[in-house]
Amino acid sequence: MGRVEFLNANAAIAEAALIAGCGFYAGYPITPSSEIPERLSRIMPEKGVPFIMLEDEIASINACVGAAASGVKAMTASSGPGISLKQEAFGEACIMEVPIVVVNAMRGGPSTGLPTRPSQADIMQAKWGTHGDHPVIALAPCNAQEVVFETIRAFNLAEKFRQPVYLLIDGLLTHLHAKVYLPDPEEVEIIDRDQPTVEPEEYYPFDYNYEIPPLAKWWTEDGKSYRFHISSLNHDKTGFPTVVPKYVQWQEKRLQNKILNHIDEIEKFEYYKMDDADVCIVAYGSTAESARVAVDEAREEGLKVGMFRPITIWPLAEKQLKELGDRVKSIIVAELNLGQYLLEVERVIAGKIPIYSVLQAAGVPIRPNQILEKVKNPEKDVEICLSDEEVKSFGGGE
Amino acid sequence: MAVNYANYLRMEKMPLYWCPGCGDGIVLRAYIEAIDELGWDKNDCAMVSGIGCAARVTGYVDFHTLHTLHGRAIPTAVGVKMSHPDKHVFVFGGDGDIVHIGGNHFLHACRRNVDITVVLINNWIYGMTGGQHSCTTPSSAKASTAPRGSYEPTIDVCQTAIGAGASFVARGFAGDPIHLKKYIKEGLAHHGFSLIDVFSPCPVNFGRRNKLGDPVKLMEFMKNTLVSQAKAKRMSEEELEGKFVTGILHVDDKKPELTDSYKELVNKSQDSSDYWAKYVKGTLTDKDKYSITREELKGLYPYDVETPLKEWKKI
Ligand SMILES: Cc1ncc(C[n+]2csc(CCOP(=O)(O)OP(=O)(O)O)c2C)c(N)n1
Ligand code: SF4
Ligand SMILES: [Mg+2]
Repeated sequence: MGRVEFLNANAAIAEAALIAGCGFYAGYPITPSSEIPERLSRIMPEKGVPFIMLEDEIASINACVGAAASGVKAMTASSGPGISLKQEAFGEACIMEVPIVVVNAMRGGPSTGLPTRPSQADIMQAKWGTHGDHPVIALAPCNAQEVVFETIRAFNLAEKFRQPVYLLIDGLLTHLHAKVYLPDPEEVEIIDRDQPTVEPEEYYPFDYNYEIPPLAKWWTEDGKSYRFHISSLNHDKTGFPTVVPKYVQWQEKRLQNKILNHIDEIEKFEYYKMDDADVCIVAYGSTAESARVAVDEAREEGLKVGMFRPITIWPLAEKQLKELGDRVKSIIVAELNLGQYLLEVERVIAGKIPIYSVLQAAGVPIRPNQILEKVKNPEKDVEICLSDEEVKSFGGGE
Repeated sequence: MAVNYANYLRMEKMPLYWCPGCGDGIVLRAYIEAIDELGWDKNDCAMVSGIGCAARVTGYVDFHTLHTLHGRAIPTAVGVKMSHPDKHVFVFGGDGDIVHIGGNHFLHACRRNVDITVVLINNWIYGMTGGQHSCTTPSSAKASTAPRGSYEPTIDVCQTAIGAGASFVARGFAGDPIHLKKYIKEGLAHHGFSLIDVFSPCPVNFGRRNKLGDPVKLMEFMKNTLVSQAKAKRMSEEELEGKFVTGILHVDDKKPELTDSYKELVNKSQDSSDYWAKYVKGTLTDKDKYSITREELKGLYPYDVETPLKEWKKI
């Protein structure tokens, strides 16, 4: 049986990573993600698991790629500027097909932005932050409890699909303590990367016969040694650079398809009070908890409002969003940015029903009454909602 | 006994990528001879490189190999070494790769004294990308981005490494493969961070622009910038101006190695009886912690205890 603790999402991630079998952490401190390495520095040495704070975010993610390529599960965490620094190596993990988990405690931006304030402005960065065509998996849990499960799922998806996975959280989650249940590893599904069925001499790290070729551990438990090459350049089945168009395109397409062909396995979402809803609020991450309250309050007033909450942000829950277009009369997208997930909703709905939005990039959470207001007055812009007291507490000038 | 080079190379990947007259092949050969003399099993060897001509070495050696990002071989190797402290981990790379773009990682790997052997093929130029000037390009030498000669000072990588805390530092020369092999061998055998800075000619992208396109001429030119340690001792500071000293320049056998230090920390943590040690072992008492039963937790917003697990398992 697992145990119950009072944790913020950062500590929950640290604990969950070890449940998932994380065997390596490298990081660089940045608000609001620092409690992850702080907690891990307390519990990883006791478990004999390597933990290191490196010289920057670039080094940290690259060290994760090295550790993960050699056979262990690896994680790094950062925020804003640090996530920007990690982009090149995130792409490297995509092309090398090395499973790593990258936690992004989103904060405002661009640049140094709003270190201590919540934001959801890295939705598009998660998808397009690194260059080139590549698939992405990004998960956005909405509370500390779900953070535990989604952290485990992030590791599982990374291992299963040989793919770097983003866990998107924000300063609201990371600094809000909650009671969470930490399961024992036996209580949850833990996935380890597939291992080759062939002997080292016959092994290819990018074998053309597989949709997702097994990534051999360099040194297996039964004493075998798989020696092979992986290049960050486009490569052939041996992992050696190639510019042969046939092989390059094959690789690029397979990278996309290994995710696209398994969308149903990766998608995760919640419908909240959607059975008879006319209006659907689309919200994710911490904002979804405000939306949940807004739905409840709307229902009390007799308004038929529900929520669709994607937990898997990428790949997009396209099928589910499309269905919403047939199911409800209008959609309200609420997110802590100036309209990123909104773009995707608009693309998928393609004008079929009206789409409204509550967009806020002010460093303060969207409150339930802001969403409720939008439900009642969809054409009207929603203002930032703060009491005079609160405004004063922020200090500074006008 | 003659070295069986094929045992260490991926022969199916031949011919080598490098230009005729390039020093990279000489360095690779010296390196393989050093490994062979040490009798190391290639199954225990891992090599990481970044991007550049020199970084192509990982494609040819029959080890566990990663050809990573420009400048990032060292941190990648740190990840490998931390996860497998009992294995041999090496980095091969160029001056641009390791010292220029990867300079910060290089400094901190020296400081941490992580047991990785770095062979730096220092050809004074960005070879692969067409001869742009690097941090090692001699002042006033020409490069594709310095048609009138570089206006920047150059760097003595060995002095930098010593200053940053590396525990083994040597400088060799592709034109002197016998000594080079010795330095590499000692660097490999050294327990701690070792750097072997190897001056190596790039006739194509450094030489030709500096009227040294003939590989032999470039070798001669490079040789004239080098002085042995013994000779350097007899030279005045003025005479040493612009010269680079070859040999094993620095060895420190006392500095703790990084993965050893981590092992020590692990042992200390596991033996300890402080809060976190008890926490991890699951031996915290009620007095140590705030406890709550499963029953009490049921019905807590927004989930009870079992629901999330059940819901989550549905996928
Ligand atoms: C982030 C990044 N910047 C630039 C490049 C382009 N690039 C590739 S190799 C190289 C220089 C290599 O020089 P060096 O490390 O000295 O190796 P050499 O080719 O001389 O052996 C550069 C600038 C790159 N691949 N990645
Ligand atoms: S460009 Fe220079 S460093 Fe690169 S292979 Fe040719 S000679 Fe060697
Ligand atoms: Mg160079």
